[in-house]
Amino acid sequence: MNGSRVLTPDLPFDMSPRADVAGRDVRLQQFVNSATQIKDHGRVNACRAAFGERYDAVRRLAGEIKQYTLDRLDVYLERFIDNATASGARVHFAADAAQANAIVLGIARDIDAKLCVKSKSMVTEEIGLLAALESIGVTTVETDLGEFILQLDHDAPSHIVTPMIHKDRTAVARAFVRELGARYTEDPAELTRIAREHMRRQFRGADLGISGANFLVADTGSIVICTNEGNADLAVSSPRVHVAVVGIEKVIPSLEHLSVFLKLLARSATAQPLTVYNTIVTGPRKPDEADGPEQLHIVLVDNGRTEILREETRELLRCIRCGACLNACPVYRKVGGGHAYGAVYSGPIGAVITPLFKGLENYPDLPQASSLCGACFEACPVHIDIPSQLIRLRSLLVERRLMARGSKLAYRLWAMTLKHAWLYRMSAALQRIIIRRFSTSHDVRSGSASAGVPGSAGDMLPAAWCADLPGPFRAWTEARDMPVPAAGSFRAWWAVRERATPPTRRAGGA
Amino acid sequence: MRIALFITCLTEQFYPRAAVAIVKVLEHLGHTVEFPAAQTCCGQPMFNNGLHDDARALAARMLEIFASAEHVVTPSGSCAAMVREHFLHLWPERSAEHRAALALAARTTEFVEFLTKVEHVDLSALGVRWPGSVTYHRSCHLRSLGLHGEAETLLDQIGGVRRTPLPRAEQCCGFGGTFAVNYPQISGAMVTDKVSAIRETKAESVVCNEAGCGMNIAGACRRASPEVSFITIGEIIAEGLGLLSRVVPSDPRTGGQGA
Repeated sequence: MNGSRVLTPDLPFDMSPRADVAGRDVRLQQFVNSATQIKDHGRVNACRAAFGERYDAVRRLAGEIKQYTLDRLDVYLERFIDNATASGARVHFAADAAQANAIVLGIARDIDAKLCVKSKSMVTEEIGLLAALESIGVTTVETDLGEFILQLDHDAPSHIVTPMIHKDRTAVARAFVRELGARYTEDPAELTRIAREHMRRQFRGADLGISGANFLVADTGSIVICTNEGNADLAVSSPRVHVAVVGIEKVIPSLEHLSVFLKLLARSATAQPLTVYNTIVTGPRKPDEADGPEQLHIVLVDNGRTEILREETRELLRCIRCGACLNACPVYRKVGGGHAYGAVYSGPIGAVITPLFKGLENYPDLPQASSLCGACFEACPVHIDIPSQLIRLRSLLVERRLMARGSKLAYRLWAMTLKHAWLYRMSAALQRIIIRRFSTSHDVRSGSASAGVPGSAGDMLPAAWCADLPGPFRAWTEARDMPVPAAGSFRAWWAVRERATPPTRRAGGA
Repeated sequence: MRIALFITCLTEQFYPRAAVAIVKVLEHLGHTVEFPAAQTCCGQPMFNNGLHDDARALAARMLEIFASAEHVVTPSGSCAAMVREHFLHLWPERSAEHRAALALAARTTEFVEFLTKVEHVDLSALGVRWPGSVTYHRSCHLRSLGLHGEAETLLDQIGGVRRTPLPRAEQCCGFGGTFAVNYPQISGAMVTDKVSAIRETKAESVVCNEAGCGMNIAGACRRASPEVSFITIGEIIAEGLGLLSRVVPSDPRTGGQGA
């Protein structure tokens, strides 16, 4: 698939075709399932080892710190801007993607940039910065190894933290032969060496370095960048100009709070005790310093965030982009990773924020394609209640008449039936008759001594199976059989007992 | 204790024996069980699909029907979670309904939760015996009830039970209510995983305490792996106490629904 269209599909986006294709791709299923399961188990083990019984309390604390900051976002952003400016950085504010790109292109033109080295950043993916830079003739090189490979292969990231979770090393080997003229090898160490040698030349020649940031520290005006490859450190220190593009929700009050997040981020993302490189950048190079860029620009990006800041969705801005919810999510696994979500942010968090960023009418599948199992909520280091947010979006689908009319009618009729006990019992009986008509095999526990005796417990197990049901139930029997309801009913059994013995006499003996 | 059984619509329709078992076990423990006949469904399907007005009407029915119950026990973690957590979101705080929802939440428990956290039973002391090899599927909604490992503890207290832990137990079976029919390809892939995990254990029976997961897993096992049978924990306890007769599937190839 062409990388540029994977994350910017035609709208409204239909998830099912991509999920179908991914479901049939055995290798893709293997990569994504094993990688996410390893990461998810790693997270649990690393967090339990570090926090023990307090894991949940630590997640709540981190969530509260970010929530507190978001509740006073104007105060902390202003404090950040003041302190960053005092340290010599130039702070810009972009209301949307177009403004953010225009600001960065303006800086690139001012310094007559030719070659840009970029570290991994979700917000630059979100605003499409790389394409914008290329459009004015600035060659831009992704320096995160995964992103670099995707760039070579004209592919798109499929995971927030491990962007090439959907690829294996043979794809990398082929891309290196094709694009870099390297010798074919599948040895990871050798592949890394090839990438490293290629990138060192880019770092030396670049005049512009672009990064994101994991955190903005209000008290010091610093940006914090966490990477495992050290590529961001080269990208932000060797070129003359460093531009950090950062979402406004990344602010935290002080360095004291940073320690909570660094401990959680690395363990939640990759099961490491700490990310390998944690760099705190405060202002550009000072006159007495040997290294660092001459200019540091910080572009604060809104691009829909102040809309999400409204009370009912504010918790979503606590997200620190660790990817733990993606790794924990069975749906993300089964749809073959992030491409099936048709947007930059995938997995459970993407299923919630993509419709908010891009319009619910454009992504009606994302909030619905979930079993609401809650694994994401359990994994989230900042305690975001993603299942409740998915349900909230589903209620907006109903409210805005975006739910298919037939489905809505079915739910309304179903609800009507449930509001009256007699209708409920009648429809249950009808359902039993219909399902029995389609039963294809008989069962089951014919060994029961009391089977078939009305009002006994022996005839209360599903009596048979249906392998192929018509209409709306066909989707059920596509994947599994449907049990045929038991011959006996609980209510009949209860009524027989009621007549035999008043309930007050039964306690203490059956 | 006077306990009202909230049977739930799926258990009533597909697994009434699980409800019979719960009644018998609770009575064996000395409780009086009531069954409010007007009950239907807690409104979870409507709530989860965003039809919150309908969910509110059904929740209001529940509040009324169980208003006089001293305690409510249900065989479903997801229905218990609906009552305990989501009812509260349906009305503004401090409204009469919200107060009633809080009160109902405080006295509603899932069956395993009731046995372990209210009753603190020790099944081995009660002499429960049920020879068989099992694996246990933990339904996802036990997460939101704060239950971790309680059902496994109960199973391990039963004489004769040989339990093999289910690999990848934390991965959802793919039921998710209407999700199973709206996204059959994803749901189907999830339950296929679950069946392989169950197969790896070589257990004769898979135990679960949630009718939705049960229909999904048993239906998938039936298609793929018919030597595995499905049974709820309440039935195992009731059979193990001699309150229900144990039924051996006559022909293993037909895929037993427990026994």
